[in-house]
Amino acid sequence: MEFLNDLKDQVSTAYELLAAGWGVQLLWGIGWTLAVTVVSMLIGAVLGSLVAAAKLSHRGGLRFIGESYTTVFRGEPELLIIYLFYYGGTQVLTSVARSSGSIGSTDILNMPSFLGGVLAVGIISGAYQAEVFRGSFLAIHRGELEAARAYGMSAWLRFRLVIMPQVLRLAVPGLGNVWQLTIKDSALISVTGVAELMLTANKAARSTHHSLLFYTVAGILYLVMTSISTPIFEKAERYTSRSFTRPK
Amino acid sequence: MSANVAAAAQAASSPDDKAAISVKDLRKCFGDHEVLKGISLEAHKGDVISILGSSGSGKSTMLRCINLLETPDSGEVRVDGELIKMKQSRDGHQMPADIRQVERIRANLAMVFQSFNLWSHMTVLENLVAAPTHVLKRPRAECLEQAEALLKRVGIWERRNYYPPHMSGGQQQRAAIARALAMNPKVMLFDEPTSALDPELVGEVLRVMRSLAEEGRTMLVVTHEMGFARDVSSKVMFLHKGEVDSAGEPKEMFARPPTPQFKQFIANFNK
Repeated sequence: MEFLNDLKDQVSTAYELLAAGWGVQLLWGIGWTLAVTVVSMLIGAVLGSLVAAAKLSHRGGLRFIGESYTTVFRGEPELLIIYLFYYGGTQVLTSVARSSGSIGSTDILNMPSFLGGVLAVGIISGAYQAEVFRGSFLAIHRGELEAARAYGMSAWLRFRLVIMPQVLRLAVPGLGNVWQLTIKDSALISVTGVAELMLTANKAARSTHHSLLFYTVAGILYLVMTSISTPIFEKAERYTSRSFTRPK
Repeated sequence: MSANVAAAAQAASSPDDKAAISVKDLRKCFGDHEVLKGISLEAHKGDVISILGSSGSGKSTMLRCINLLETPDSGEVRVDGELIKMKQSRDGHQMPADIRQVERIRANLAMVFQSFNLWSHMTVLENLVAAPTHVLKRPRAECLEQAEALLKRVGIWERRNYYPPHMSGGQQQRAAIARALAMNPKVMLFDEPTSALDPELVGEVLRVMRSLAEEGRTMLVVTHEMGFARDVSSKVMFLHKGEVDSAGEPKEMFARPPTPQFKQFIANFNK
């Protein structure tokens, strides 16, 4: 009986805390988490396609750069990369600003936290996306690329009309995985001070001393975000591979 | 006036100016293996040349050298009298000097492949209008109209909104031929167009090719279809170990094989 009463108390406390403003804060946190993830994915998509192209290049030098990129950024802990970009970036910015005289010799010019964060997460995401794009390109039927050449298409036309649509189709399942990784990596940039879901949950837990409550709520919210994305990517996959699966 | 006549006569008598395709002394190695050992060929407007040979004789490689899908090591290719300009790369290999020229010439030489190579993410209709609208920059409405007419002609108009993987091999190859025709090409290159087909589907593709030959299209056909070579083509060329073993008028070639190699080759087919 006492246990039930205790649980009732817990629930009403949770309700009060969330209603008192932490609920809205957490919703903002979700917004920032999604913003970080989307921007990081986009940065990653640009970097990933360049790196994939480098890895597929005939030129040894470009291949080496591409290989090094994916090896380094998949092989290092994400947190280290984020520290490197945020604190390292701050150090570089500060010394540049000090030597140019735009700030005082004891002032510090901070790396903007959102920028530093999405750059770091985007670069990591790009390493994984590069592998996805490379695999997708290699899965395109060679004869279709040859036909594109034989019909007089320039390199750009071949890319736009034949390569890109097929790479996207083949890449959707892999990109779904990278999207989930990137959502999770976005939690790490709480260390730079972006008020995304993780940082907000942290703040709430510390200032109310209800760690169990807030970390559980945040955990559920992350799970909701990652599980909603699965059917969305599945739907995208069905759409982009319609020429192979849906007989009319 | 007499100067004009002389110039015209000279132009007419120069074989390079008349030939739709003229290939001279084409050579190509893959590693140590010399696949083409100096092949020459001339196709005039309206010619249907069947290129025969056992596998490894170099016939597909020769065809692919004409539109530069393979880069020949030496020799020259002219299309409608225009020489495809080549240059030496730093590692000593030959390469196209002007990729724009190659792209422009390729658009005039529509190719039909053994494995169809239709773009699998586009419907049949999209396959037919992709290159005409983007490469030849013709108006889309006009291309669509032509595409529908061509699909009716090859008998797969009902499938115009299908994706290639949903069609039979014979239908895919007919769609691929329609895609080639949509370019209004000067010359059509066929690279073993029936070799990947189930036997019962070969006929429908050959019928389309025969009708193209009858309307005077210029065609180079690498094939194993002896019937097509003998009855439809205007000239037969037999390649053996990277060289032109024999060439001539089809009926004559088949009735009286000029070389033991060609005799042996057709004997194997008649078995």
